[in-house]
Amino acid sequence: MSKRRLGLIIYFTFLLLPLYWMFVMSLQTTESILGGFSLWPRDITLANYTKIFTDQSWYSGYINSIIYVSMNTVISLLAALPAAYAFSRYSFIGDKHMFFWLLTNRMAPPAVFLLPFFQLYSTFGLIDTHIAVAIAHCLFNVPLAVWILEGFMSGIPREIDETAYLDGYSFPRFFLTVFIPLIRAGIGVTAFFCFMFSWVELLLARTLTTTSAKPIAAIMTRTQSAAGLDWGLLAAAGILTIVPGALVVYFVRNYMTKGFALGRV
Amino acid sequence: MNKIQNNKAWLLVIPVFVIVAFSAIIPLMTVVNYSVQDIFGPGQRVFIGTEWFKEVLLDERLHDALWRQLLFSALVLLIEIPLGILIALALPTRGWSVSLFLIILALPLLIPWNVIGFIWIVFARPDIGLAGKTINDLLSIDYNFTSNAFDAWITVLIMDVWHWTPLVVLLCYAGLRAIPDAYYQAASIDGASKWAVFRYIQLPKMREVLTIAVLLRFMDSFLIYAEPFVLTGGGPGNSTTFLSQFLTKMAIGQFDLGPAAAFSLIYFLIVLLFSWLFYTAITHISQ
Amino acid sequence: MARIDLQKIAHAYRPHPSKPADYALKPMDHVWEDGGAYALLGPSGCGKSTLLNVISGLLRPSEGRVLFDRRDVTDLPTKERNIAQVFQFPVIYDTMTVFENLAFPLRNRGFGREQVSARVNEVAEMLELTPVLHKRAQNLTADAKQTISLGRGLVRSDVTAILFDEPLTVIDPHLKWLLRRKLKQIHEQYKLTLVYVTHDQNEALTFADKVVVMNDGEVLQLGTPQELFERPAHTFIGHFIGSPGMNFLACELDGAHAVTSGERIALLPGLAERARQRGGRMEIGVRPEFLRLRNEAGDGTLAVKIASVRDLGNFKIVGVRLGEHLLNVKVAEDQDLPAEQAHLGFTAEMTRLYANGVLVG
Repeated sequence: MSKRRLGLIIYFTFLLLPLYWMFVMSLQTTESILGGFSLWPRDITLANYTKIFTDQSWYSGYINSIIYVSMNTVISLLAALPAAYAFSRYSFIGDKHMFFWLLTNRMAPPAVFLLPFFQLYSTFGLIDTHIAVAIAHCLFNVPLAVWILEGFMSGIPREIDETAYLDGYSFPRFFLTVFIPLIRAGIGVTAFFCFMFSWVELLLARTLTTTSAKPIAAIMTRTQSAAGLDWGLLAAAGILTIVPGALVVYFVRNYMTKGFALGRV
Repeated sequence: MNKIQNNKAWLLVIPVFVIVAFSAIIPLMTVVNYSVQDIFGPGQRVFIGTEWFKEVLLDERLHDALWRQLLFSALVLLIEIPLGILIALALPTRGWSVSLFLIILALPLLIPWNVIGFIWIVFARPDIGLAGKTINDLLSIDYNFTSNAFDAWITVLIMDVWHWTPLVVLLCYAGLRAIPDAYYQAASIDGASKWAVFRYIQLPKMREVLTIAVLLRFMDSFLIYAEPFVLTGGGPGNSTTFLSQFLTKMAIGQFDLGPAAAFSLIYFLIVLLFSWLFYTAITHISQ
Repeated sequence: MARIDLQKIAHAYRPHPSKPADYALKPMDHVWEDGGAYALLGPSGCGKSTLLNVISGLLRPSEGRVLFDRRDVTDLPTKERNIAQVFQFPVIYDTMTVFENLAFPLRNRGFGREQVSARVNEVAEMLELTPVLHKRAQNLTADAKQTISLGRGLVRSDVTAILFDEPLTVIDPHLKWLLRRKLKQIHEQYKLTLVYVTHDQNEALTFADKVVVMNDGEVLQLGTPQELFERPAHTFIGHFIGSPGMNFLACELDGAHAVTSGERIALLPGLAERARQRGGRMEIGVRPEFLRLRNEAGDGTLAVKIASVRDLGNFKIVGVRLGEHLLNVKVAEDQDLPAEQAHLGFTAEMTRLYANGVLVG
């Protein structure tokens, strides 16, 4: 028992230390970071955070990211819910191939695909819009959402569907008022994964945007290329990239514990 | 479960098909197109068949990058999967601490990948990093990931373990929570040892989530790009240049679109092949 | 095989229980005789599963001792108690064959290859599992899986008792009686101590020699099916067992009679006197089976109005109104009934009296 506890303490210390260190840096000026080593912050200052919250080129990055990530999560769920239902309840021509093809979309190396992506989205005049990034991220999020939701739906007995149809429910009414509430927890978990993978993706998001939809992660790389890194400012920006995700986890945490207990994911 | 045969189910799949196909098919066709042509400039291109494929397949540097990549992905799986299972087994099953643990576990997963690289720069640098400083000063080990190839390798690997083990933990924890209590009670009545409980109850019941975990970790580690790019820039030398970065150098650095496209397709096929192998192997074991 | 003694057992899931409601299992003494087939009957949440887990050792009771053949096993883990248990949902080891499933408890205890194989084959033969012995257990039907769970208990020849926690919940109705018959056979052949938890009275009454009725964390009565039927110790049991349940009429006592809605009902001699000594709220209870319905008034009959008639095939259940009370009467299928006015006859031997819900006699 104590060995287990010791193991957990070591592991979670290992998880938290790098984050703690970035937090310490975010509270210091770059001079004091480079000036000397200390385990806890000296000369605490909120100047880095103040700059991010007042400089439009910084805070707009967060807003852009949040906009396209939210759009992506909604689109992924809306598209994946009916498809996952189809995969979990019916067999149809090409179902296995379709499922595997969906999954292969996670496997393409991004580097070379960036250029055709850029060309494609330019053709439709979508460059530098939030919707462009949201749709591009569907490439890897929709298959994942279908995969996870299918697992949850398979756990719901089909008798429930049949009973509802016998009671005279139409498919849309059954799906919205009976089925979706049953897999709430699964939707919570899926939303978490969609949010997460869209929020952390950099290459596609950077390629498809120039200024008005540029994500925060890309803004950070731009600052990085300037001579002499502003460590404190970057650390503060980094800490702030964790905040929206942490909020999402906080809100879906009950779904996560429950969802994790019910479905196979 | 016996599914009903119904081709109308396609209607439900169409939205997914349209959205994914929009982003998947045209770029893929374009890449295939690049891979069989030599492009001199706008409008000037020559069909050259499989020449780029031959060139790429014989490239020594690519072989090096491929072996590095295979070693890296193998190590990632060998460390993260068992570690993830162990942590998931050790986590408490009820009480207020469950939420706290889950939230902390999710944190590294929610950080943009280039920021992960940045975190590890400031964490591992020998002059200002907590870990770098500690290793050098307290343990008196000469450690510097920017100049020593071995140190760079270890740092990238530990960074990946830090970043992605939580995903394995969360998935395994989900699988474990789905096991009804009666199984544990039956096992204790049958006099099963802890090991037997793990081998005959927990592991089989985690099969589904482990399939997802192994596949996701394999794909994403095999395609790793942003984190080592920010942390080491692929160096020192080429010691941490993995396939994606090699590909990016080729495509963007040298404007060799043809070979880069051919390489992309080969790369894609390798990932596909391994994913299929893992999938078949895991399903086969359970039959 | 063994006799199981529960001495002053009580259990609360929360620490420091102070009032009776904190207990999932209220303090009790109980003996399970060696070789008995017991049913533990009660509605969901009455504490019967808790009691079962206390016996099997999955739960350590907060108070009291558990004795197997007078040996104190309260602190022994499940593994060392030689108990077998069959759960509500079939528990099988998915990756193993039927043979390996049955061999698992023996292998864990270090039995040799030959012993294991001999014993497993014997049990498989008995449970009619021989044809599927080398198939993967995962692909079998629910009843076969449940049989395997039972088999894992039977392979251990030293097993003290087999506990069943609503084992037929997921079994198809037409297979239930087959499994139940198999259980009975095994019980007769091996004289095992069996404890069978269920909320289904039919299952309990057909399976067991002795039925233990629980409600609200308490054992209300231990008796043969006949005793439970004829002399329910508590109004709860009267309601719970029987279909429809016992009729209860609030009453007052007047001499040797009970008076309800202004009508006098004869009681056995001395009964009213004993009830008066106990005091409290009085009710008479009588089973629908022990009431007679007549067209003509007779000696000691009461005038009633017929409110409803349900024809259930072999018999009819007639709802009759006596003052403000509504009673069920079971009559033969071919009995002719008057349109409205009828006369109800009580038998003093089968009319029970309850004080504050507890049987007086």
